[in-house]
Amino acid sequence: MIAQLFSDISGLWAKYSTVYLTGILNTLILAITATLIGCVIGFFCGILQTIPYGPKDNIIKKILLKLVRILIRVYVEVFRGTPMILQAVFIYYGMPYFFGVSFKNIWTVSIIVVSINTGAYMAESVRGGIMSIDPGQFEGAKAIGMNHWQTMLYIVLPQTLRNIMPQIGNNYIINVKDTSVMFIIGFSDFFAVHKMVSGAVFKYFPSAFMEMGGYLCLTLAASFLLRRLEKKLAGKSNYELVNEDQLVMAAGTYSYPAESGSPFDEINKDYKGEGQ
Amino acid sequence: MSEHILEIHHLSKTFGSHAVLKDIDFIVDKGDVTTIIGSSGSGKSTLLRCINLLETLTTGEILFHGQDVTGRKMNPSSYRAKVGMVFQSFNLFNNLTVLANCMIGQQKVLKVQKEEARKRALYYLSKVGMAPYINARPDQISGGQKQRVAIARALAMEPEVLLFDEPTSALDPEMVGEVLDVMKSLAEKDHMTMLVVTHEMSFAREVSNRVLYMADGLIEEEGPPEKIFTNPDNQKTRDFLRRILQG
Repeated sequence: MIAQLFSDISGLWAKYSTVYLTGILNTLILAITATLIGCVIGFFCGILQTIPYGPKDNIIKKILLKLVRILIRVYVEVFRGTPMILQAVFIYYGMPYFFGVSFKNIWTVSIIVVSINTGAYMAESVRGGIMSIDPGQFEGAKAIGMNHWQTMLYIVLPQTLRNIMPQIGNNYIINVKDTSVMFIIGFSDFFAVHKMVSGAVFKYFPSAFMEMGGYLCLTLAASFLLRRLEKKLAGKSNYELVNEDQLVMAAGTYSYPAESGSPFDEINKDYKGEGQ
Repeated sequence: MSEHILEIHHLSKTFGSHAVLKDIDFIVDKGDVTTIIGSSGSGKSTLLRCINLLETLTTGEILFHGQDVTGRKMNPSSYRAKVGMVFQSFNLFNNLTVLANCMIGQQKVLKVQKEEARKRALYYLSKVGMAPYINARPDQISGGQKQRVAIARALAMEPEVLLFDEPTSALDPEMVGEVLDVMKSLAEKDHMTMLVVTHEMSFAREVSNRVLYMADGLIEEEGPPEKIFTNPDNQKTRDFLRRILQG
């Protein structure tokens, strides 16, 4: 039995290896691109949704922000609440139907559909990630005069990114598998190759077996790389003390406007011996 | 003529139906070290947060060099850059190193060049004795060290006033001293204008030149520390000081 399976597989591989490999490549490119674009959409929605407004802001700003929140809400609910396979059909066949524009390139539609879908999930993940950041981080940034965008860009989002890294990984792995539904509009990903090849040579099970193994390899590799990335984002676990003399020399070239003494002050000496 | 940096007029703040601050009036002059004392819940921290516009005022106005900062014309960000704040819970940026914590505000808000920002950050970090730790992240240093970095971060913006919101309340007793020493040196050597909410009566007594006693959202008594601590006029002040100094 097993010998039969392996001989079938090697037969398929000998004949169709380039087709399978192209399928894998297409799947990877689509999943990576769409996950990245989806993240950008998610972060963008996340920032927009969390712009604060108070009773003292002017009426236009309030209405605009309210409207933005409603639009994002609708976007998230619609794209999270319907199957991606139908979204693909809607966009691919709906655009020519309503607007007379048809897509020349199947890649464009596929990337748009998967990105928008990922974005809807990511918007919620990012919102949750932002909510989980200590309010003190926002206050610390506000207190030194940063505006909302600066606070988000330099302080909150880097921390959010680290916190939602597992979510991004989830989305990427889901995308690797779920881009297979794009065969409905004719995208030739890894799964579409299976349909084509097995239809031609009637080796359904051996081909499916290869597909299973292939997808599992893709997702395992992704898991491994994501763990590595997470560790890297967590930063170094230790730090080195810096020789203070050098620093004081550097800082000494900074001229403080007032007559407030130099960094060689007593206070400095007080703490010198303290480094552990 | 002394220069009024901050003037607070008829400030009040209510949360729902609960009035936390009722008709607060006071003036901060250049070089003043004002401590605000009072029981928990008397509105001290809220007052400080209102001054830094972290809370919106219910009524009243805050003048910074005679300009109303609560109006729509004033940009709260540029005002906040000139009024530094040090928090009870430090609020250092967890994603940045000690050095970057002290540089980011200068670079992004004041648009200082990177090299200059680095020098300035090192200068102020040396001032608080934290220069050797520039490569550490906030979760790798102790509470007292965090608070000293937070002070350096505020100083690096070269503000005109520094607000301290119970800067030593979250610290272990043995770390309180190092932070108070830094604050003391700022007051005495740099003549920094400071507004300090604190429970450290010795600091209030030795370092500040004015003490405000707050109770139930009102400034009950205000005066030089010698007067407040030895011979207060108000019965409430007397009771509060007796409780806190004996306890």
